[in-house]
Amino acid sequence: MLILTCPHCGIKAEETELHNGGEAHLKRMGPGSSDEAFEDYMFARKNPRGVHLERWRHVFGCNKWFIAARCTMTLQVFGTYPAQTPAPPDHIVQAIRAARPDWNPTEEGVSE
Amino acid sequence: MAEQLARITEVHDLGMIALRGDLDAIAAALGMAAPDRTSIATEGDRMLGWMSPDEALLILPAASRAADLSRLTEALADRHALVADVSDARAVFDVIGPHADDVIAKLAPIDAGTMPAGHLRRTRLAQVAAAIWRIEGGFRVIGFRSVADYMRLVLANAAIPGSGLGPR
Repeated sequence: MLILTCPHCGIKAEETELHNGGEAHLKRMGPGSSDEAFEDYMFARKNPRGVHLERWRHVFGCNKWFIAARCTMTLQVFGTYPAQTPAPPDHIVQAIRAARPDWNPTEEGVSE
Repeated sequence: MAEQLARITEVHDLGMIALRGDLDAIAAALGMAAPDRTSIATEGDRMLGWMSPDEALLILPAASRAADLSRLTEALADRHALVADVSDARAVFDVIGPHADDVIAKLAPIDAGTMPAGHLRRTRLAQVAAAIWRIEGGFRVIGFRSVADYMRLVLANAAIPGSGLGPR
């Protein structure tokens, strides 16, 4: 079972109270971008075995979106932060690095 | 054994006004203190619950809801805010009895036994959204009226005599 703490209301919510929103920190490609870049943005999603930053919505609670940093292999949760954050904040990066020293935030989600 | 775990009663005489916007401005318009995160505060015959960072729920006697609605709409008119009478969109149940926490624990993924008074927990009740807080002798549960039949059924089912969670 996955338990995440919602950064908006501080509730320790169980997985069934949340809704997964897929990969976080996507950069939107709109009009004017190349076909390859748009295809990447539209269809290509990371599916890492390891550290993953993903969007969640506290759907049976405060209804707000947040981002969770967790390991898809061990289910270790490194932390959560509001969805309005454009890049993983320092304390999250440090928490991930404490467990996965090689992890690099510029290519988030692709550790191991 | 023949005793129900808790008595389930439906509450009909409540008015509810949903308020969205800046919580401090809403509290000022109400003349009440802004609710703390995930709490529900009582002041006289009114309660103000924290629903999300930009949403509060005012619970008041049904008789005073029209007057409060127009007063709040006027007070928040120059702000980006929502004041909506949601009384008829809600179903309210009281779960009262010595094993009321067992009834809640069966249906919601929360630790009902250790839930403090004054805490408003939005969660799910079986498959539908609900908000739960402590009242004297048990819990008050609010949900959407469109699923009131379902809530009544699962609550009654969870309170079946002899189905307590403690060791027998």
